[in-house]
Parts: sequence; C-alpha cells; structure tokens
Amino acid sequence: MTPTYYLVLSALLFGLGAVGVLVRRNAIVVFMCIELMLNAVNLSFVTFSRMNGNLDGVVMAFFVMVVAAAEVVVGLAIIMSIFRSRRSASIDDANLLKY
Amino acid sequence: MSLLTAAPVETIVAPSVDFVAIMPVLILLGAAVISVVVEAAAGRKARYPLQVGLSAVAILGAGAWTVVAGSKSHFAVTLAGAISVDQATYVMWGILLALALVSVLLMADRVSEPGGAFVAQAAARIGSARDRTAALTATPMQTEVFPLTLFAISGMMVFPAASDMITLFIALEVLSLPLYLMCGLARRRRLISQEAAVKYFLLGAFASAILLYGIALLYGYAGSLRFADIAAVSQAGGRNDLLLLIGMALLVVGLLFKGSVGPFHSWTPDVYQGAPTPVTAFMASCTKVAAFAAMLRIFMVAFEPTSWSWRGVMWAVAIASMLIGAIIGITQTDLKRVLAYSSVAHAGFLLLGVISLSEKGVSSTLFYLLTYGFATIGAFALLTLVRSGEGEAPHLSAWAGMAKKSPVLAGIMTLFLLSFAGIPLTSGFIGKLTIFTAATESGMAPLVVVAMVATAITAFFYLRVVVLMYFAAPVPVTGGVDDSETVAVALPGAFTMIVIAVCAAVTLLLGLLPSAVIDLLTVHFPLLS
Repeated sequence: MTPTYYLVLSALLFGLGAVGVLVRRNAIVVFMCIELMLNAVNLSFVTFSRMNGNLDGVVMAFFVMVVAAAEVVVGLAIIMSIFRSRRSASIDDANLLKY
Repeated sequence: MSLLTAAPVETIVAPSVDFVAIMPVLILLGAAVISVVVEAAAGRKARYPLQVGLSAVAILGAGAWTVVAGSKSHFAVTLAGAISVDQATYVMWGILLALALVSVLLMADRVSEPGGAFVAQAAARIGSARDRTAALTATPMQTEVFPLTLFAISGMMVFPAASDMITLFIALEVLSLPLYLMCGLARRRRLISQEAAVKYFLLGAFASAILLYGIALLYGYAGSLRFADIAAVSQAGGRNDLLLLIGMALLVVGLLFKGSVGPFHSWTPDVYQGAPTPVTAFMASCTKVAAFAAMLRIFMVAFEPTSWSWRGVMWAVAIASMLIGAIIGITQTDLKRVLAYSSVAHAGFLLLGVISLSEKGVSSTLFYLLTYGFATIGAFALLTLVRSGEGEAPHLSAWAGMAKKSPVLAGIMTLFLLSFAGIPLTSGFIGKLTIFTAATESGMAPLVVVAMVATAITAFFYLRVVVLMYFAAPVPVTGGVDDSETVAVALPGAFTMIVIAVCAAVTLLLGLLPSAVIDLLTVHFPLLS
C-alpha cells in the first residue's frame, strides 16, 4: 500500500475540518473541527516521516499533540466563560462587535 | 519492513546549548515561571508590587543582556539548529523588549481605571453578585495578566529566532495562547471582551492549523524541518514543486494572520476593540514585531531561492492590505477600530520591506516596527484616559473638542496621529521613507506608488480625528438625565504618564534625529541558519 493514500486521507480530513469550522455554529463543534484539522496534519507528518526516512515528522507530531492539549485548556476556558454569561455557545450569538 | 527496524540504531547526541546567546529568552521564561508561583503563593496585597516588579526587572534584565551580548557580537546557532541568534535576532529582541516594557507599564496602571484595566475576578459570571460588588468597590485587578504577558513575550522572542519549523510552531503557540486569554480579561464591557477572546481564539487556532499543514507539506517536500535545508532543496530542484508551493502558501497565510495583514485581518478590528486597551496596545506593537520579524527570517532564509514563485502573490497581498486598511478605516466611528484598520494598512507597508529581500529592506522593516510600535502604544495609552461613566469612551464623538478639554492630551494625540500618517518631523515619516526607499531599490516602484496613495487615504482619517479634536465643539450631554455620557479626561497614573512621555519622546526624537538609531538597527547579512 503506497503512503500516498494516507496523504490523500489526511488532506480529506483536513478539508472536512476546515469546512466544519466555516459552517458549524456551536463554538465547541468549531473547536472540535480545528482539532480534527490538527490530527489530519499529524497523519501527514507521520506519513511524510516514513516517506522521507527520518524521524523529524514523528517528533513534530508529538509536539503538535502537546500543543493541541494546551489549546484545549485555553479554548475550553474561554468558551466556558462566554457560555456562562450568555447561556449559549453559538458563535452567531456573539455579535456585539461589528462595524 | 517498518521504519523503526529499517533505520539503523543511532546514538542520540545531546545538542550543545549556547546559554549566553539564549539567556534573554531564559530570563523571561524563568521570570514567567516564578511569576506563576508568586501568583499562587503570595498574599493578595503583596502580589501586585511583586508581579509588576518582577516583570519589569525581567524585561530590563533580558534587555541589558541583549544589548551587551549584541554589542560583543556573540552570534550562535544553537540547540541543534533550532534557534539562531545573529545580529538581526539581537536587533529584533531589542525592539521587542523595549515595546514590551512600555506595554507592561501600561498594563500595571491602576489609577486611570480605578482598580486597573483588568477584571477583579475573571471567573465571576457577568452580572452575578460577586461581579457587581467587584465593579462597585473597584476591587484591584487580577495580577494573572503578568505571568501571561511574560509567557507571551518569551514566545515572541523565540518566534523570530526560530530556525526550524518545530520551534517556529511552538513559539507561535506560546505567544498566542496567553494572548487569547488576556483578551477576555477587561474590567468594563466584559461581554465584548469575552467575545473578542472567543473570536481571536477560534480564528487563531484555525490559522495555526493552516500554518501547520503548510509545515507538513514543506516537510514532505524537503525531508527536513530546518529553514536552511528547505532553501537548499528548493534551490537544487527536481522534487514535487506542488508540495512546495502549497506548503509555502499555507505557512505564509498563518503568519500573515498573526501580523494582521491584508485579507487575513478580519479578527483585528473586533479583537482590538473588545480586548482591554493595554492588551490591545501590547498586541498591536509586540505581536506585530514578532510576526514580521519571523516573516523576515523565513523569507530571507527558507524561501529566498524561490522568490520568483511567491513575489507576485505578496505584491497582491500588500496592495490588498494597504487598501483595505485605508478605505475601510475611513468608515469607522470607534477610535479603537480606526487604529485597528490603521494597523492593517501599516502591515501592508511593512510587507513592502519584508519582500524587498535586501539588507536595507530588513533594516527598514525593523525601524518601521519600532516607530509604529511606540506611536501605537502611546495612542492607546491616551485612549485609556478619555472616559465616560461606563469606562473608556473610544467613540469618535467623545473626542470632539478635546483640545479645549485637555490641550496636552490633544497635542500628544496629534503627534501620534501625524506619525501614523507619515508627516515629516515625526518618526512615522522616517519609517515610511526608509521602507519606500528600500522597496524602490528592489524594483518595486509600482508598489511604492500604491503605498503612497494608501498613505494619502489613511492621512485623511488620521487628520479627521485631529480636526475633530481642534475644530469641533464638544458634543453636549445627551438626554440630560444621567451624566454617564459626560466625557471627561482622567488624570493619568504615574505608569501611564511615563508610558505617554516615553512614546511621545521616542516619536519626536526618531523623527528629528533618526540616524543614530537607524545605524544601530541596521542588519548585516548573512543571517545565520
């Protein structure tokens, strides 16, 4: 099985995540789509690591996981705080800042 | 045959670390960690002086180290090629630390907004009894903002020194994550502050995912994460150029987002408006320095051999950024948003220097970042002083007739606005002059013409504020029932006073006697990698 398939799968997952970010309304779901994008990228890193025959990509994948975890902490804290004041996690409701 | 069995077992050699070169970063990171401990261990009263003192000492210490090590030309590529500390790095660090010090002082002020610009308890739900009590009694602000700031500054320091993609990405996140939180900590108008934090976070995380995919594709192309290797491989050619081009595009989009350039600026006005004003000042100055300094290194080191492929696109981005900032800025009625669109336009001017790809281009970009940073922090510092009953009054109507209410404030604001507009005798003029000269010498004369036009358009909305301050009558109190709409100028606390004085002095001095500083900031090639 050629590694290219994994790259295609990764691109598809990344695209799905990106579309999700753009069309979904719930902040939590948007955030999950971003996580999907990060994990799609990880798949690419691991595949390229195998194709290139060095471990840089694997190392990078570990770093991405750590960063994604940190991002969850910060992101959920922010989304929670706005949810508690608005009783809604919809990003369409957060519309005070415009023009 | 798996990778692990195929690869020969290598002994891992610990990379050498040049502690002298990276000490400024270590000082700041160390201070940030101590600062977290202080936040947990020190008593409520003791925290504020401790945190402010620690932050100021750490920034000053890192700055002093940068100056000494830089003047001794202690250059190194260290940590297994992850960080390059060369002359350009020292210049970038110096500018960053100078702006960071001023921003931290602005954050520390607790006088013009009683209790400080930051919320007393971020966890208290908006409108809850605890939140209202804190608002009524002007409970002193949370000092959590100082460790967050120190972490953000450390990330900003590593960002332009990064020489491989791992370090670049980690630094980007280290600088971004604290900023997302800091945006949501405003004392007044907490709803829009939290909204700004959510918007910045979601868009920022989206942009870093895009940047990361770009890194993955570049790694697939070059087989290495180091900038120098990517340059070498792309120079040799013969590989899949599609990976290179898409990877480059995605990576650059992520960076342009951070620098709030052109079509990727959509977060800028909302976040600048919603965030606490000192944080806005910090973002507008320091984040911009970090983003553009990192762009300088990436373009100069990694993408220089392939400049034929991206230069045209960057021309379009620069034009879009300048025109979007200039034209949409005209229609704004909130001074914070005006300054946000002005920062988008300035990002376009800065891009001119970045894509010049010359020694002069790099030097002029860094000088421009210095002048723009100080003028921006000064303008936002003044903005914190003009207040109505519900906090700051950033609406333009509040500034009508300001020259009668407070001639000094109006005068200094005029200085900053003239500097943004690039009027001679201010630092902004010298900044624009050097950057346009560098761009023309690199054969980008048509772009410079567009930049001139954009400058003229932006001058219109800066001068509109000046006219409003000097020639318009103060808007009378509307309604007449409650006086919450009365706009008054608060007396600045000592910290804000220092910030405004320093920013005004720098803006004037760099306009009158720029040559010494320009010499100091001149970057000599080659950049280490």
